[in-house]
Formats: sequence, structure tokens, C-alpha cells
Amino acid sequence: MLNNITMGQYYPVDSRVHRLDPRIKLILTIVFIVIVFIARTFLGYAVILAFVYLASRLANVPFRMLLRGLKPLRLIIILTFLLNLLFTTGETLWLEFWIVRITKEGFMQAAFYSLRLVFLVIGTSLLTLTTSPVSLADAIEILLTPLKKIHFPAHELAMMMTIALRFIPTLLEETDKIMKAQMARGADFESGNLISRAKAMVPLLVPLFVSAFRRAGDLAMAMESRCYHGGDGRTRLRVLKITKNDWIACGVMAVLLALIILEGIFL
Amino acid sequence: MKSDSRVQLNDVSYSYEEQAAPALSGVSALIQPGEFVAVLGHNGSGKSTMAKLLNALFVPTEGNVVVCGYNTREEKLVWEIRQRAGMIFQNPDNQIVATVVKEDVAFGLENLGVPTEEMIPRIESALSAVRMSAYADKAPHMLSGGQKQRVAIAGILAMEPSVIIADEATAMLDPSGRKEVLETIRTLNRQKGITVVWITHFMEEAALADRVLVVTDGQIKLSGTPAEVFDRVEEMREMHLDVPHMTALAGELREAGMPLRPGILTVEELAEEVERLCPLKSAT
Repeated sequence: MLNNITMGQYYPVDSRVHRLDPRIKLILTIVFIVIVFIARTFLGYAVILAFVYLASRLANVPFRMLLRGLKPLRLIIILTFLLNLLFTTGETLWLEFWIVRITKEGFMQAAFYSLRLVFLVIGTSLLTLTTSPVSLADAIEILLTPLKKIHFPAHELAMMMTIALRFIPTLLEETDKIMKAQMARGADFESGNLISRAKAMVPLLVPLFVSAFRRAGDLAMAMESRCYHGGDGRTRLRVLKITKNDWIACGVMAVLLALIILEGIFL
Repeated sequence: MKSDSRVQLNDVSYSYEEQAAPALSGVSALIQPGEFVAVLGHNGSGKSTMAKLLNALFVPTEGNVVVCGYNTREEKLVWEIRQRAGMIFQNPDNQIVATVVKEDVAFGLENLGVPTEEMIPRIESALSAVRMSAYADKAPHMLSGGQKQRVAIAGILAMEPSVIIADEATAMLDPSGRKEVLETIRTLNRQKGITVVWITHFMEEAALADRVLVVTDGQIKLSGTPAEVFDRVEEMREMHLDVPHMTALAGELREAGMPLRPGILTVEELAEEVERLCPLKSAT
């Protein structure tokens, strides 16, 4: 069970989108978020939808994988829609009964807010589905490097992310082992109400924390003995290179941005 | 610098805290280039402390440790020493940094600032030396304990060290993993002439070394070839160390009046010796 867990939600296939430089993908995702926020008409959102759909086809990622990211957020999206629908004051009355007043403006605002949320999730899912967490950590490190001037620990942050990713399977395995050991001693993790279940977690978490700290100590020593001394003077095995593909992706995103801006001005 | 790849300990003492009893006291040893030295001792004997002193992870409280001509006291030389004297630790999981095998092998090289083009062939040759080339793109958590230790060895090997220190590198492995790691190290020692300091509490492993140092209570009590050391059955017992089964059996047979030669370590050697003394009569 533990041997085939995938890290995060990375969808490991090969495609042009997967092969894009993670830095470019990260920046383009930010641009995409901006685009989602400046779109003001349904036509604009239709264009964005078409873009996202085509991008997912190009990335060899099934579109329903993108929609899966919406599931945990469905309550928030529905709530956003309803609140905006019911509490926006507007001129054009569409429907009125009892204390409920639904106006055209209210509906439009509700629709736009929830569409924005939907596209935010879909756009960022496309990034995390096509970029492995390790390359994402690399991209973050390089993009944050300029901040080193103000003593922002860019390298350390990326190193922590990589080590955390490296130890997730190890700690999961360990959790499994401790759980079985405690169950053999009569611990009950499955019955009882929320509070007693939370209490049952204590004999699991304490050994897990102790061991995690011991591992951290060991790892620090192993890293030091392999000459680790921070990010200064360090070279990398994985060198990120910007290719023609990346420029094409930037071009496509620029066209989308232009379309949405123009649509906002003329429609 | 290759000319002096000796490891010297000159009257070294080390205490973890100022008042505490020293973990090592007055230890002197000289390890020659290309030698395979086993450091044998039970838990708490100070053998692990000795390993960490060789890698400049610890600096001796008294005395000097000189590795490949560099004194570990000099802070500027720390990285030089750690590059030349690589260390493998006990827990295979807690020394792998990266999420992909070849990236972990690259870790040391990245730290040393080796250019990327040069890294790739060094990683490939290090992985093939430990016979792990087929796993270059695998995730470390999918490997067995023995394989993880071999990846750790490759990570050290890529840095082209002259000394490898293994601090109970097989203690957490199953018998087959233990065998594969020990064989890997033995081959590297023979073929590449890498000096090995093998810290262990397994007698059978120490028996394969060129020389054994027995550490008890922070001091080197016995030193010599495995045969010489293990023949001192009584002294070993006093230090709560067991000698290999065959050596113990040979000792008992000798006491019972069989004139066996000293220095018997394996079943084959004992069988040969017994056959020499009482040849099998082919005709019955």
C-alpha cells in the first residue's frame, strides 16, 4: 500500500506541458490567476474554459482529474454562490418571494465569484498535476533567489521541502508500524467519538515525533559528513533550461491575457 | 595529496560533556593506506565516537586526529577531510537526502561545487561500482535496506574518497543485506585501494578484516590480525565480546588435548585442521 503512493497529486505521464520549465509554469500559473480575476464576461470565462481544456489535453491529463480538485472546495463554492446571489443589492428584479430577492446583478456577481474560484483551483491543479513536487521546489528556490539579498532563506526553504518530500513515505511506513505495535498492545484507533479517537492518537504521535527528531539529528550529521554547508558554492545536478516550448507557452498565455483584456474593454 | 592517505590517532581523548567520563581516552592508532581495519566493541565502548572523530564530526578533547595529512582540529580543513574520509551511518533511511537515487548520489558533489557535466559520469561510475546502476531513477523508499546502504556508499564514492568509515553500517540490515554491503566494501577496498575503517559488533565481519582493533571502555585493548585477536578467547570474554563460534570451538578442542593450530576462524579452516590431525580412513 505504501509502495505506490504518489507524491502530492503529480500525474506522472510525459507531455509537452510536463516538460515545460517549472519556473515558467509557476510564473504562467500566476499570470493565469491574474487573467481569471480580470475576466468580466461569460464570453471571457468561455475562452478561459477552452484554454484550460486544451491545456489539459496537451498535458495528457484527463479533464476530470482537474475537476477532482474542486471536490473538497464544493461547499465553499456553493456558499459563495448562494451568499452573493441572495445578498447583492441590484436594480433588475428577477424573482421575489417571502424575504428572498434575486436580481440580475446578484446572479451575475454570484456566477463570476464562483467561476473565479473554480478556475483558480483548476489552474493551480494543472500546475501540480504536471510538475513533480521536487521540480516545484527547485523552481521556488530559483525564483526566490533574488530575495537572498534581504536574507530570505531561499535555498534552505527548498532544501526543507525536498527533505520533507523524501521523508513522507518513510514516516508513513513508520506510522503504520507504530499503529500496528500499539494495536497489538490493545490500542483502539477506530471506535469511540471524536474526542476519544483524538486521545487514542497520543500513543501514536509521541513515538512518531520522537523518532522524527532522532531522524532529523541523524540526517543532519549525515549531510554534514557529506560536506553540506548551505547553498553557497553549491552546484546542481538538475539544471533547468528554457526551451522553445517554454517560449511558445509564454506566447499562448500572452495571447490569452490580451484577449481577456480586450474583451474587458470592448464588451 | 594521495601520497598521504593514512589515518592517525595520536593519544586521542574525547568527552561528550566536560565532567563526564571520557568516551575515548588515550587512543593511538595508525591505519595504513589501503588497509581494511575492523573496530570491534560492544555498545557504549566508544567505537562510534572513534568513527565520528575520523570524519571531523567531533574534534578530540585531547590529542590529534590526522586524516590524509589534515588535522581535524583545523576548521578550514573540515571539508577537505570530509571529502577524503567518507562516512556511512547505521540507519539506511536517515542518510538519504534526495527523492531519487541518482540525485542522492549527487548530493555530495553538489555540495563540493562540482560542475554538472562532470557530475554525471562520476555518479554513473559510483552507482556501477556498487551495482546499483539499474536503480538510478528509483525512489529510495522503494529499496531494501542493503540497497539503501549501497546507495549511501555510492554517494560517498562519487566524492572520490581515500578512506571510507562505516559506522555499524550493517547493524540494521538482514543477513543478506549485511552480506551485500560487506562484499561491496571489500571489493572497493581491494580494487580501488580505498582504506576502510569498519566499525562493527559482528565478529564474523571483523574476521574478514586485515586487522582488528578491539575497543572497550574507550581504549584499544587488543590489536592484530583477526586470527591473533580471536585466539585470545579469555581476554575477549572478559570484555563481553564473543569470538567466532569456530574459534571458540577450536579453543575448547585444544583444551581437551587436540593440538590444533591457532588462528582458526571459519568452519572450513577447522574442518581442514581436524582432517589434518585425524585423516579420514577411506577404507572401512
